[in-house]
Amino acid sequence: MTSNGPSAAGAPGMQGRHGREPSDGADTSAFDARGLGFRYRSSPDDVLRDIRLSIPSGSLYGIVGPNGSGKSTLLRVLLGAVPPSRGQVRYQGRQVHTWSRRDLAREVGVVSQSEEGRFPVSVRETVAMGRYPHLGLWREERQADRRAIEAAMERCSVAELAGRSLYQISGGERQRVRIARALAQQPRALMLDEPTAALDVHYEMVIFELLAGLAREDGVTVAIVTHNLNLVARYADTLLLLHEGRSLAEGTPREVLRREHLESVYEWPLTVGRHPGPGRDTGAPQVTALASR
Amino acid sequence: MVLAVVVGASELSVGEVVAALGGGGDAASRTIVMQLRMPRAMLAALVGGSLALAGAVFQALLRNPLAEPYVLGVSSGAAVGAVVAVVLGWAASTPWAVPLAAFAGALLAIGLVLRVALSAGRALSSRVFVLAGVVVGAFFNAAILLFLSRADDQSFRSAMFWMMGSLAGASWPQVSLLASYLAVTAGILILLARPLNLLSFGEETAMFLGVRVERMKIVTYLLTSLLVAAAVAVSGVIGFVGLIVPHALRLLWGSDHRLLLPASVLAGGTFLLLSDTVARTVVAPAELPTGVLTALVGVPVFVVLLVRSER
Repeated sequence: MTSNGPSAAGAPGMQGRHGREPSDGADTSAFDARGLGFRYRSSPDDVLRDIRLSIPSGSLYGIVGPNGSGKSTLLRVLLGAVPPSRGQVRYQGRQVHTWSRRDLAREVGVVSQSEEGRFPVSVRETVAMGRYPHLGLWREERQADRRAIEAAMERCSVAELAGRSLYQISGGERQRVRIARALAQQPRALMLDEPTAALDVHYEMVIFELLAGLAREDGVTVAIVTHNLNLVARYADTLLLLHEGRSLAEGTPREVLRREHLESVYEWPLTVGRHPGPGRDTGAPQVTALASR
Repeated sequence: MVLAVVVGASELSVGEVVAALGGGGDAASRTIVMQLRMPRAMLAALVGGSLALAGAVFQALLRNPLAEPYVLGVSSGAAVGAVVAVVLGWAASTPWAVPLAAFAGALLAIGLVLRVALSAGRALSSRVFVLAGVVVGAFFNAAILLFLSRADDQSFRSAMFWMMGSLAGASWPQVSLLASYLAVTAGILILLARPLNLLSFGEETAMFLGVRVERMKIVTYLLTSLLVAAAVAVSGVIGFVGLIVPHALRLLWGSDHRLLLPASVLAGGTFLLLSDTVARTVVAPAELPTGVLTALVGVPVFVVLLVRSER
């Protein structure tokens, strides 16, 4: 597939590190994509169609949409796990497929939806695997690696679980261990696919507070796929609403979570209110689906 | 090791064995020790180590705790080769005929499985891999039955005995070949222990942590399968070592492959050496097939470990 021609809207004077064509905001966006399409070889249907997005560095970016709207696929395409069938993805201004997996893993931590691990392994060992892109095949952990592992465990409040087996702790604890592993990579960007699915209110809040803190205090770019519209509306700087593989809206939570968008996308009557407070997120849009009369 | 060399159908004292190893003693005991028992003991240790190592790697590669060295059809391919060699009477002509034919059959199976898996899946998914292994194995098993049904009694018996696994044919050239092969393969696989640790969490997880998953899978699959092929070629199909030893070690010490892989080589070698020593002494001067004994001993031990770990 050929890439898109130079966009007339491209900001002047901004040149991607490797690209010949102007890439708007290459210096401020971690990930950007344009004209992105994806389909499986075995299927004629597009899973993603003509998606254009830009994930600003150091922000919390939420990707929302109904089941099957292409959220997880979008994340995988952004991460170079599958090649797009159209368009291109850049990370730090450089096409994502030109990054080696190891270099990309030093930059981007990923918490995917599920994992298949079935062998006994401790929490500490799991988090330590986040150092692999820094350690390579056989280098031993040094002071800096141990500090990164311990800091990641502290940050996710799993330090006291270090010696426990990964399969003897609760689902909420395990999810925080997986986030800790991603943090042990010391990434500049963190991509999460439904990290709070199946977690209770306490752990949902713990994880969103953690992610918001990473974005605001540490300048980590955080992209999160979630079904929890009300939480992501309170914490995200930018939302992308996907519908049938298309980007229906991208903007602030107030711009994106509007009744007319959501009702057509979710095919359900709903109202959009405001978070009553208290708190700094007072006034964030809050979506309530309505019961049938 | 000493025990394995000392005990046997012919009575030899420790002193006689030591003398024989040192080149002394009478000619008969020298022959028994140097030409029969030593190579057999060493081959048992090498085969056991190879199978346990292969089992540990396949378990990680396929993320299946029940994977074993033969799950991807290597043994069936080797068995076809061996059975063909026996039935067609090549076995009588040279002692190398059966191992070579078995190795060739194993290579054929490895190639077929890889071919099927690569063309079926966009990427080498472990599900497709296992299915390819199973169907290739099933096809070869049918071929074995076909050949056996055409065989006379004599070849039928020797083919069956080969398939039950035996180290009776051990010779020094086999020992040195398998030893150098195991040393190289184990070295490379142990070097790849960290990516194997990551792979056991799933392929995407490993990829996002910086592993080149496709290359890693093909390299480990080929290395490990060739090791299994070599082990099967010299010993027949000895079961359970490759399943039970790595699994038991995981239960005991966890799943860090940097520890698990070398431990599997040592424990697998020890386990098969002991089993083979028992197999050729309990009903002496006759012998039990070693593969039968590994299952008889291994399964109860494994059950105990499993029950304990689940408590």
